[in-house]
Amino acid sequence: MTDLTSLGVKEIRDGVRAGSFTAREVAESFNTAVADAAALNTFIVTTPDHALAAADKVDAARAAGETLGAMAGVPIGMKDLFATNRVQTTAASHILEGFTPRYESTVSQKLWDAGAGMLGKLNLDQFAMGSSNETSYFGNVTSPWKKAGSNAAMSPGGSSGGSSSAVAARIAPAATGTDTGGSIRQPAAFTGICGIKPTYGRCSRWGVVAFASSLDQAGPMARSVEDCAIMLGAMAGFDPKDATSLQMDVPDWEAALNSDLRGKKVGIPREYRMEGTDQAILDSWEQGKAWLKDAGAEIVDVSLPHTKYALPAYYIVAPAEASSNLARYDGVRYGLRDLPDGVGLQDMYAATRAAGFGDEVKRRILIGTYVLSAGFYDAYYTQAQKIRALVARDFALAFEQCDVILAPTTPTASFPLGSMNEDPLTMYLNDVFAVPASLAGLPAMSVPATINANGLPLGLQLVGRPFDEQGVLNAGLAIQQRANFTAKPEKWW
Amino acid sequence: MSVDKATVAKIASLARIRMDDAELERMVPELNGILQWVEQLGEVDTAGIEPMAAVIPNTLRLRDDVVDADPLTGGGRQADVLANAPAAEHGFFGVPKVIE
Repeated sequence: MTDLTSLGVKEIRDGVRAGSFTAREVAESFNTAVADAAALNTFIVTTPDHALAAADKVDAARAAGETLGAMAGVPIGMKDLFATNRVQTTAASHILEGFTPRYESTVSQKLWDAGAGMLGKLNLDQFAMGSSNETSYFGNVTSPWKKAGSNAAMSPGGSSGGSSSAVAARIAPAATGTDTGGSIRQPAAFTGICGIKPTYGRCSRWGVVAFASSLDQAGPMARSVEDCAIMLGAMAGFDPKDATSLQMDVPDWEAALNSDLRGKKVGIPREYRMEGTDQAILDSWEQGKAWLKDAGAEIVDVSLPHTKYALPAYYIVAPAEASSNLARYDGVRYGLRDLPDGVGLQDMYAATRAAGFGDEVKRRILIGTYVLSAGFYDAYYTQAQKIRALVARDFALAFEQCDVILAPTTPTASFPLGSMNEDPLTMYLNDVFAVPASLAGLPAMSVPATINANGLPLGLQLVGRPFDEQGVLNAGLAIQQRANFTAKPEKWW
Repeated sequence: MSVDKATVAKIASLARIRMDDAELERMVPELNGILQWVEQLGEVDTAGIEPMAAVIPNTLRLRDDVVDADPLTGGGRQADVLANAPAAEHGFFGVPKVIE
């Protein structure tokens, strides 16, 4: 029998439907793989019983002749930013350690309703703030990939680094991610998997620990474009409990997948050709153009003139929203409380937050508080919001000339853990290609393209018009079929 | 613009994060590095541009005026609401004495 852990979402779902294997066999295989992979530190808690219970339900439904859901029999990893009923939800922070929600996030509930089960809660950068998975209170996540000739522990990217590491290591067929400024796409690129951030508002934010609410968006991470299409379909949909949820139908993205790009125009943004980008990344971009041309698309040059300002604008808008969102952690209603002897309420807040937040979180709260403070609000925050409008306008103008944009996902491949910690700014630059689409709320995807000279994966990014996840997925599929990316990390854990 | 230790202490106090001297000292250059880098936004001519708060045009909805329209967000869940409180007392959130 095939090793069930080598299978993806579609293969598992179709195999369970056909009776080639049971959902329970699948869940047991992945539970074992998860238990054997503690060295990667991908999971904060594991939930093998949840996976088995969901599998048994699917097997019983099949035996009773019922129609099975889109994710039936697929055990997944859940980023620990989604509230899960009676399962600890921490956002990888100390301040939420031990927090066990009494409700289920909309996205996770939709996945369980579609027949998926949960292998566990995946590690991440604390409150999704980070690009390397080194800010978690529960320790770094390690990528399953190694640089050729080196034994150094590599970064799985961030913030969805537990998700990327688990999917790349074949200890989960798929996982949820969230993307505020690249947190699905950058880790997907670092680990040779696919990940899509849909249009802002497609997936409900209800029950997702908030970072920057005008940017946060959930999405799937898996090893193929088809698997992403299936899982996104199960995650998306209108939710009256999220004020910014899109009130529109969810298309059947899986059924409409089509890699024939004849008649489509692919835009190449000239401003993405930046200093400091690896030559191998630029080469893979050229290769990507050739692949899409081969699929029938016409390649056109486009301009996104405010690209270089997107990242600094993001580092005002996101911390500003974070400083407001994270004000809720006060040691009163849930989470950690640090109450030194004899102090009052205000000192309890300050002590609790000092003990409960990590350095990067504190840094961003301070930046956010500063740019929102009287006297600086207009110079920083309002100016950043105006630049956000210009970045969005750049995309709107570009999409008058093309249907989808092709760019690198990251300026470099993965790097060793601990090698980028000198200066927070160098870490922020990792998201330079990912952030513009986030600011504009556009659907964007990373697909694996090639392996660099060091044996590390590189990803290509596709950005689409608002609501055109299909166009992004289709172009991604065209690349997937031509890249023939079969490389996978050698098991060392 | 740049911040000094006193300014960082003020911001930390506004953000209700206790920081000792060593931590404040460490934050000063880190925050200044970030602030100097975002200064470049001042180069951009934004005259006549409306600041963008919401990225996808969307109107706010009103829900039906029904009690407990959604059981997940409705009332009657005191035990659930208090379940994670560090100090729940008599059906309330407990806090240190506020009034002398």
